[in-house]
Amino acid sequence: MKLAYYPGCSLDGSAVEYGLSTERVARILGVELKEIDDWNCCGATAGHNTDKLLSLALPARNLALAEKEGLDVLAPCAACYNRFKATEHAVREDAGLKARIEYIIDMSYSASNNTISVLEWIKRLGIDNLKAKVTNSLKGMKAACYYGCLLVRPSSHTGFDDPENPQSMDEIIKALGAETVDWAYKTECCGAALATSRPEIGGKMIYEILQNVKEAGAECIVTACPLCMMNLDMRQGQVEKRFSQGFNIPVYYVTELVAVACGDDPKTVGIHKHFVEAVSYLKGLPAKAKAMEEEEAKAKPAAKTKRAEGEKPSDNSEDIQKKIDAILKGLEKNPEKVVSKLIEDGEKVNILADVIKNDEKKRVKLAEVMAQDKEKAIKVAEALIVGEMKKREKSSN
Amino acid sequence: MEAVTRIGPLTEDDRRLIEKLEKEAGTDINLCYQCGKCSAGCPVSFAMDYTPRQVIRLLQLGLIDEALGAESIWICATCETCSERCPRGVDIASLMDTLRREALRRGKVADKKVALFNKAFLNTVKKYGRSYEAGILLYHNLSTRQFFKDAELGLPMMKRGKASPFPEKIKGRDEMAKIFARALEAGRE
Ligand code: SF4
Ligand code: SF4
Repeated sequence: MKLAYYPGCSLDGSAVEYGLSTERVARILGVELKEIDDWNCCGATAGHNTDKLLSLALPARNLALAEKEGLDVLAPCAACYNRFKATEHAVREDAGLKARIEYIIDMSYSASNNTISVLEWIKRLGIDNLKAKVTNSLKGMKAACYYGCLLVRPSSHTGFDDPENPQSMDEIIKALGAETVDWAYKTECCGAALATSRPEIGGKMIYEILQNVKEAGAECIVTACPLCMMNLDMRQGQVEKRFSQGFNIPVYYVTELVAVACGDDPKTVGIHKHFVEAVSYLKGLPAKAKAMEEEEAKAKPAAKTKRAEGEKPSDNSEDIQKKIDAILKGLEKNPEKVVSKLIEDGEKVNILADVIKNDEKKRVKLAEVMAQDKEKAIKVAEALIVGEMKKREKSSN
Repeated sequence: MEAVTRIGPLTEDDRRLIEKLEKEAGTDINLCYQCGKCSAGCPVSFAMDYTPRQVIRLLQLGLIDEALGAESIWICATCETCSERCPRGVDIASLMDTLRREALRRGKVADKKVALFNKAFLNTVKKYGRSYEAGILLYHNLSTRQFFKDAELGLPMMKRGKASPFPEKIKGRDEMAKIFARALEAGRE
């Protein structure tokens, strides 16, 4: 796999560790990243708060440069990712806007390539593939996976995970051997720039997230966004002072943990640069894991073999691939019939059938979830229908 | 907050302005049936003068100045929760964005600090092609006279190599100048 790489300004600044670890993960998973030549800032919040056209043109210049080389774009920063997705969407949906954007950037750009986030990227490369690369299991870690806003919303742009209860980061972290907790704030907003502009508001938002992490019994937080990292890590001390409560919760980028679990030293990927000391929690994991294993061995010597047998069929990736192929065939031949297994309403069935007829990516995506998790497949189906209905509503106005 | 009410139909001018805002936001405010789901999920509604539902109601009633002057639109963090959840498909986040831009165009900004920050940010991008966290923070704190706010974080960031004392510059800086100029020009059409 070869991807265009858009680090964005944060990865050169406050999020150096995110940049270092993303590059390491690419190495480990055998992906070639080609940094977009002479890339420019996406304009971030300041852009879309100020001028709509500018906020689309700034990302478009980068996307057009990657499109010229026929490459999809990896954008690790969730804020850049959000702006890139918004630009793709605008260019695909609105021919008038497309023409104006092309005039402004003085390049042709038709959004034939796609921006992907770090989560989608690692998932696409295969969870089993990742598992096979783990040499230093993170067993003993109890993590709260924090998705925040922009990786999963708006789902009509992002579309790769459930916007209310996303799972991709949990799957990645579990593949590294860690345990993840269920918690209520996984997609709540960290307040973004409010921590700077309106600290009385932003501070409270950060406090509530940290509090919920504690209540859920997690010992660390995992994120894929430099802004979330800044608020939860750099400002944790400020929040502790203001609310007179100690948290001391280490925060990691998902890529840092992948690199460490695949054998990197925490310092190689910059974990010692965090504000809340985060190296010693990692160093303490092997001892914890050993204690856990001893416990497990003592408790149920018989249960272990049973579980191993029970896991076999679902763990076999070849079987799943076969199942996906079969469903995919069905979706191509007779989409209405296959999707009616998920959705009852006849009109909705037709809408969904239309969507997957015209969009191979969505078809494959649906087949993949159908093969593995029906509940989730229903959710994905509903999200696709809602997205399509919104789109139709817009174009009929 | 004063209670605001309005009785009677919208004026022609109001209608035209609302249509323009709706078009820019790509959404239809009359779809909203005031269920309040957006406000229930909004993580900052606790700090707002008008909740997201109320902002939409103001627009439905043609109370456009009220909506543009609301502090809420500057508190909104663009987290997209409201738009994701609205059962009627109203894109509230995009509307908030549009209202901020309209307020800016009219020089009617309820939170000057945010507007100043945005301006500083975009000036850096225009000049260098990159944003520059450390420089912007400094400029922002000077221009809003909060000299020591966040100073406790600046030095540790530098020490960790997380903030460089100089901005990065791209080669295509003249392209940047052109993009800014053309965006302005195309926006006027
Ligand atoms: S959720 Fe939608 S319909 Fe309900 S009040 Fe908000 S905008 Fe209106
Ligand atoms: S986008 Fe703005 S208004 Fe909507 S939920 Fe988020 S903060 Fe609230």
